[in-house]
Amino acid sequence: MSIDRKTVDHVARLARLDLSEEERTRMQGEMTAILTHAGKIQELDLDDLEPTSHAIPLRNHMRPDVAGRCLTQEEALANAPKAEDGRFWVPRIVEDSGE
Amino acid sequence: MSTTASEMYETTVGLEIHVELSTNSKMFCACPVDFGGDPNTRVCPVCLGMPGSLPVPNQMAIEYTMKIAAALHCDIARFHEFHRKNYFYPDMPKNYQISQYDHPIGTKGYVEVTGDFGTKRVGINRVHLEEDTGKSTHVGGSGRIADSDHSLVDFNRAGTPLVEIVSEPDITSAEEARAFVTELRAILESLDVSDVRMEEGSMRVDANISTRLTGAPEYGAKVEVKNMNSIRSVGRALEFEEKRQRKALDDGETLVQETRHFDEKTGTTSSLRTKEFAFDYRYFPEPDMVPFEPDQAWIERVRGSLPELPASKRARFAEIYGLSDKEIQTLTTTSATAGWFEEAVAAYGGEAKKISNWILADLYGLLNESGQELSDGKIAPAQLAALVKLVDDGAISGKQAKEVITVMFETGDDPAKVVEERGLKQVSDTGAIEVFVDEVIAENPDAVEKIREGKDGTLGFLVGQVMKKSRGQANPAMVNDLLRSKIN
Ligand SMILES: [Zn+2]
Repeated sequence: MSIDRKTVDHVARLARLDLSEEERTRMQGEMTAILTHAGKIQELDLDDLEPTSHAIPLRNHMRPDVAGRCLTQEEALANAPKAEDGRFWVPRIVEDSGE
Repeated sequence: MSTTASEMYETTVGLEIHVELSTNSKMFCACPVDFGGDPNTRVCPVCLGMPGSLPVPNQMAIEYTMKIAAALHCDIARFHEFHRKNYFYPDMPKNYQISQYDHPIGTKGYVEVTGDFGTKRVGINRVHLEEDTGKSTHVGGSGRIADSDHSLVDFNRAGTPLVEIVSEPDITSAEEARAFVTELRAILESLDVSDVRMEEGSMRVDANISTRLTGAPEYGAKVEVKNMNSIRSVGRALEFEEKRQRKALDDGETLVQETRHFDEKTGTTSSLRTKEFAFDYRYFPEPDMVPFEPDQAWIERVRGSLPELPASKRARFAEIYGLSDKEIQTLTTTSATAGWFEEAVAAYGGEAKKISNWILADLYGLLNESGQELSDGKIAPAQLAALVKLVDDGAISGKQAKEVITVMFETGDDPAKVVEERGLKQVSDTGAIEVFVDEVIAENPDAVEKIREGKDGTLGFLVGQVMKKSRGQANPAMVNDLLRSKIN
């Protein structure tokens, strides 16, 4: 299984990563290696197995609906690069396709 | 040409409704769910998406969603789980939303709706649970996103449990859409799982509407309509959009798939001119939470906990109170209103119709002016019952009662107190009325003569004269009787 350059560009764009030409080449190799490794599983006969999303045999894990303590506004904004009127400051929002 | 425009085209509408659940705490953390307050004061590492924090689902939110699914006649999944929906938006702190994908809690349900179009079942495709986003304020320019300078984000709402209900495209007119949203809102309200206030955003409706030639195999281009902040807006927006699409097709235009914004002031929709992207959300099972496998007992317990739903309530009201469909529709809009009515009827003990008349003809007028709900008003059910009894007993006239109810509405005072304070007691003492009657007969010989000649219409004039003398306090029925017996 190999990953083409277009797929690398697409995934980088989805993750908002601005990769250099050099990094793209490296990623293409690494992603191909990862998928090839995972592809080995497909060589096994798994017809009788249900797909599983979780490895631990635990179900219905919940917490009771009880309200607890929150952060203060100062604590919440402590790591924000910029804040205004008790809110997180973000640059102008532009519609983006993620493509 | 014999085909009318309305037969030539058919409209297809599918609705997507988001409802914020009124739990005590958020979906995956213990921050309280509430409105208002200072920004970023109901947040924690989980709902701010800080690295290393772990979400734990709220049991009540899961049960509320199961309850909604049960009330909408859905199959309740024996296996459901959360997925991550990946996309970037500043009001979503984690850059993914925890939602449900191919294993939602409810599927394959329906809502039965009634209107001038008859009764029909609108299918429910799915009911799933997710988390709400934060709120952005756009600063600079006109305050809209497009020409703003920057935005400010408050995450108080982020992580509030949010249920998404998706209808099948079974709706064929604006009227049906309005009826569907009204019924769905009534059902959700009766379940007591959400505030369902569209104006405040705890219930949000988006619509997909398309038009095609009647009988065409494919649906027309799908237009998504947003920003409908009331049930009335849903009807207005879809009516406008239906006409616009039909006219465009008549004019030979090609409709495009797009998102349109409804403007409350002009009653029109306009294109948001955003590009339609095929989003790549890369859904995958949320690794931080294990799946759910509710057993039959749990599902049965939820089904068994459903209250009387609006449709059953309406049937019961028709049977035991003998009210018209229209009266019942209004009195059962919310369970609080229905409960208020039933309390008043119980306190009154007489004909339910009389209570209904007072609510619909008088109280609703006052409530509409002040924008209140029946149950928010100052008048208690027993107070309305007491007022109607005063009229029944002849203590005050119907006209006086209307004055009394206006005062009660403002002060919340008992009707007896209002009557006392305003000196409104109806005079039913024969002696007192007789004095006025005799005076009026003596002062109006011509009118009296006419009545003796059989011109009965003149009697009303004399009644009016007596009422005037008594300053409106005489019992009109007694005045009528006394005048008649004395003249003839
Ligand atoms: Zn939190």
